Amino acid sequence: MPQARSLLKSPALIALAVGLALAGCASKKPLPDNAGGLGLNNAAPGSQQDFTVNVGDRVFFETDSSALTGTARATLDKQAQWLARYTNYPITIEGHADERGTREYNIALGARRAAATRDYLAAKGIPRSRIQTISYGKERPVAVCNDISCWSQNRRAVTVLAAPSG
Amino acid sequence: MRFSNNISEAGVEKMVSGGVHGPAKGPLVLLRAAVTCLMMISALLAATLPGQARVVIDINKGTIEPLPIAITDFGGALGPEIASIVEADLRNSGLFKPIEKAAFIQQLADHNQIPKFEDWRVINAQALVTGAVSTEADGRLKAEFRLWDVFGAEQMIGQQYFTSASNQRRLAHIIADAIYKELTGEDGYFDTRIVFVDESGSKQKRIKRLAIMDQDGANLRYLSKGDDLVLTPRFSPTRQEITYMSFAGGNPKVYLRQIETGQYEVVGNFPGMTFSPRFSPDGQKVVMSLNNDGISNIYAMDLRSRSTTRLTSSNAIDTGPSYSPDGSQIVFESDRGGRQQLYVMAAGGGEPQRISFGTGSYSTPVWSPRGDLIAFTKQQGGKFLIGVMKPDGSGERILTEGYHNEGPTWAPNGRVIMFFRDSPGGNGGPKLYSVDITGYNERQIPTPNFASDPAWSPLLN
Repeated sequence: MPQARSLLKSPALIALAVGLALAGCASKKPLPDNAGGLGLNNAAPGSQQDFTVNVGDRVFFETDSSALTGTARATLDKQAQWLARYTNYPITIEGHADERGTREYNIALGARRAAATRDYLAAKGIPRSRIQTISYGKERPVAVCNDISCWSQNRRAVTVLAAPSG
Repeated sequence: MRFSNNISEAGVEKMVSGGVHGPAKGPLVLLRAAVTCLMMISALLAATLPGQARVVIDINKGTIEPLPIAITDFGGALGPEIASIVEADLRNSGLFKPIEKAAFIQQLADHNQIPKFEDWRVINAQALVTGAVSTEADGRLKAEFRLWDVFGAEQMIGQQYFTSASNQRRLAHIIADAIYKELTGEDGYFDTRIVFVDESGSKQKRIKRLAIMDQDGANLRYLSKGDDLVLTPRFSPTRQEITYMSFAGGNPKVYLRQIETGQYEVVGNFPGMTFSPRFSPDGQKVVMSLNNDGISNIYAMDLRSRSTTRLTSSNAIDTGPSYSPDGSQIVFESDRGGRQQLYVMAAGGGEPQRISFGTGSYSTPVWSPRGDLIAFTKQQGGKFLIGVMKPDGSGERILTEGYHNEGPTWAPNGRVIMFFRDSPGGNGGPKLYSVDITGYNERQIPTPNFASDPAWSPLLN
């Protein structure tokens, strides 16, 4: 999986890949045309778009693993900083798996990834009471090609911000 | 939601006639009118016949030569359609080879007539089926059939059934089951249904609906509208009820649902996500996984007392539980040792014994209704395989392999397995397949859309 690993090492490339994946997959989360973590976007500080584009709303996992990679921890560190600053968003962490597993196991694996992500954010000072988790298993892929470049994008935990409270 | 075409309430009444031997002629003799409550069927009075020279299929042989069988067009307006369903069932089992009607020499005008056996021997029909379907004064359908041993020159069985007009396909399946049982010595599986998940829409945002159909793909109807993500429906062995997982309200849980009324409820009051449900053989319990903080363990809930029992205590993913048919043991999958493997424990919990030791990982175990085998999904070398092994883990056999095969379910007689086969890419999706436990006779089950997570019902009667 050299291709996946090299992708994962570069936050800018990840953001680009995610942006491409989202654009290509008609996701409900639109990104600005100049998205890509290159600091050239117009997202208002503290907005959900700011979080998605400038912080990065997702981390990726190795096959069958819920261990946080160095890249994932770096992303979650940035998430924790941002979430500590903007405290009015309720948080749901969605755990996902790729299609190369069986249904029930993937449901459990997504839950394990969501829990690992939540635990890391909690350790960085985000109150557990603010974070919900849910697993979608392999039911909601963002990338649907038939090779590892897609599967590695689907093995993910996404930090989803609800409408601000208060 | 409400549904018409209520099969279970309509019921099918069965009457059994005695055997007609040699030159004896005349109408079927009704020995017993079996009119019971809703679900019908009386004791089966097997026609007693001389033991020698009977046509049988030895289905325990390694490879099976399909038995040539002649199925005539039944009499009556509906007769040919009923006969064609019987023929399709028997052909699809892989154990029978129906003979083309164009080859028939004798045209039997009256199904009560003794066949001219030599005419059927000439075309090498080992068995012959004749019958008639008529409508009674009260609107019910009456179907009669006789199964003849061509080379033994005698009737093997003759039976008569009554049902409401909406049940005509069930009539055919019941007749096919009777023929299958007479000629193989094992119960049939044609009068059964499949509950599964119908899939439509893009792969990224699949719409999944609970659906139910006859085992041959007929009479499909939807049990849910697709508003909520639903997964892994399983039949109750004793009631018109399924258990399944639903993401309704963004809160994924195991549910129970009445098939006919659409009434549903969450199973239990668990603090986390519940998933991977299955009934106990007596229908009184649901066993499932509960996720807490990323750790999944197995619990059973008694549906009457509502009491719950924790069955495993790992820090791993324990899921896919399935009871042995006597209810004494549970097989499940766990990654407690690294990769997913199969384990067997007592139904009340206790130390599990690992039973899978081959290369690769094993998941979705399902105990055969006969108790002799456990079916599973196996991942090996980037492929997904369906296989069976004995409950002690020995005798592993792979039945099919490919890019992605998953989720076996057993026909009630333990001879046939259904599963789903997914295909890759954005336009790919799963379809249902069945395969004999010998690995032969793999067939796609017709569904209008993509389909996954099949579960086979018990015999309806």
